[in-house]
Amino acid sequence: MATEALHENETLASLKSEAENLKGKLEEERAKLHDVELHQVAERVEALGQFVMKTRRTLKGHGNKVLCMDWCKDKRRIVSSSQDGKVIVWDSFTTNKEHAVTMPCTWVMACAYAPSGCAIACGGLDNKCSVYPLTFDKNENMAAKKKSVAMHTNYLSACSFTNSDMQILTASGDGTCALWDVESGQLLQSFHGHGADVLCLDLAPSETGNTFVSGGCDKKAMVWDMRSGQCVQAFETHESDINSVRYYPSGDAFASGSDDATCRLYDLRADREVAIYSKESIIFGASSVDFSLSGRLLFAGYNDYTINVWDVLKGSRVSILFGHENRVSTLRVSPDGTAFCSGSWDHTLRVWA
Amino acid sequence: MYSGASTRALQRLVEQLKLEAGVERIKVSQAAAELQQYCMQKACKDALLVGVTDRSNPFREPRSCALL
Repeated sequence: MATEALHENETLASLKSEAENLKGKLEEERAKLHDVELHQVAERVEALGQFVMKTRRTLKGHGNKVLCMDWCKDKRRIVSSSQDGKVIVWDSFTTNKEHAVTMPCTWVMACAYAPSGCAIACGGLDNKCSVYPLTFDKNENMAAKKKSVAMHTNYLSACSFTNSDMQILTASGDGTCALWDVESGQLLQSFHGHGADVLCLDLAPSETGNTFVSGGCDKKAMVWDMRSGQCVQAFETHESDINSVRYYPSGDAFASGSDDATCRLYDLRADREVAIYSKESIIFGASSVDFSLSGRLLFAGYNDYTINVWDVLKGSRVSILFGHENRVSTLRVSPDGTAFCSGSWDHTLRVWA
Repeated sequence: MYSGASTRALQRLVEQLKLEAGVERIKVSQAAAELQQYCMQKACKDALLVGVTDRSNPFREPRSCALL
């Protein structure tokens, strides 16, 4: 028995040192290609002028903190979810509420619009992701048609339909991500590798192929192959939880927002972090990030109630937006890039343009 | 008494690191140039960047009151 334990110890020790060596080698390889900084390359690019971005619509109706929102592909409708258990679909042009459903749990941390615009998905402390078809029949009870799709062993933190209404990708406090078939509820693929709660995910733009990125409480951002379930690239430069990840519109990079008060840009082909968006005066965590259509601007919502607008190429802040009266918890640019919407713990959503 | 689980976990980590080490990489200068090029190409279509006339942005246009 003693010799078994000894052998086990030796194997563990040699594996540990092999792992350390490989990590070192990975850093070396990445460093070799680090010949310049992004902002240096962008020095000759014209600086951006003053921005006039204002709240154009305020969506009021949630009874508690807004936790998540998503745009419909029609660039007009918005779904939002709240701590009070309610999920609301809004017409952002008129600010009218078109649908509302009450979930059986509080803290609905994730919601998403189906590509067809005919359904929404949501979940949170119920550990599930459920799909609700949207019906305009006033006599129909939305909750009656609810379909439970995903089952995790801890809270649902994020969800997204893939290119169709047929599959949903989820992220959970149980440390995993998973891909599900909506019709059957079958688990198609699971993604293991995060060492703690996964807080966010984003699918690569369809032209780029079948990958997605996730961020978690282990400070790691991981890029996954959806078909094999394999992690293909991992980045660990943040100093705290990663609350939000979003692909650059070309699919060649992604941004992250973290509790360490910074946002960062990672280029997938250079396989490294290429920019940090931070200021000494910004000390609160960034909860949510998204790019403008061209990728030149990065909008980030923070726990200090503000939204900072960053010049992605030059690394400088170009604007700071005030308006919310509590933490900004969620932020998405509209599908055609004409506006962006932010949700907050102040119970409201704001559309900015 | 160590369980086999830690060994398996480390073996998976080693395999994962080998995979990540094998990724093909390009220089930051090239990657940065391509990110910049993408921005420049798409800039004119980026409403939040260039600002479009109030008439073509549905959120900026003045709302009319509906007479019921």
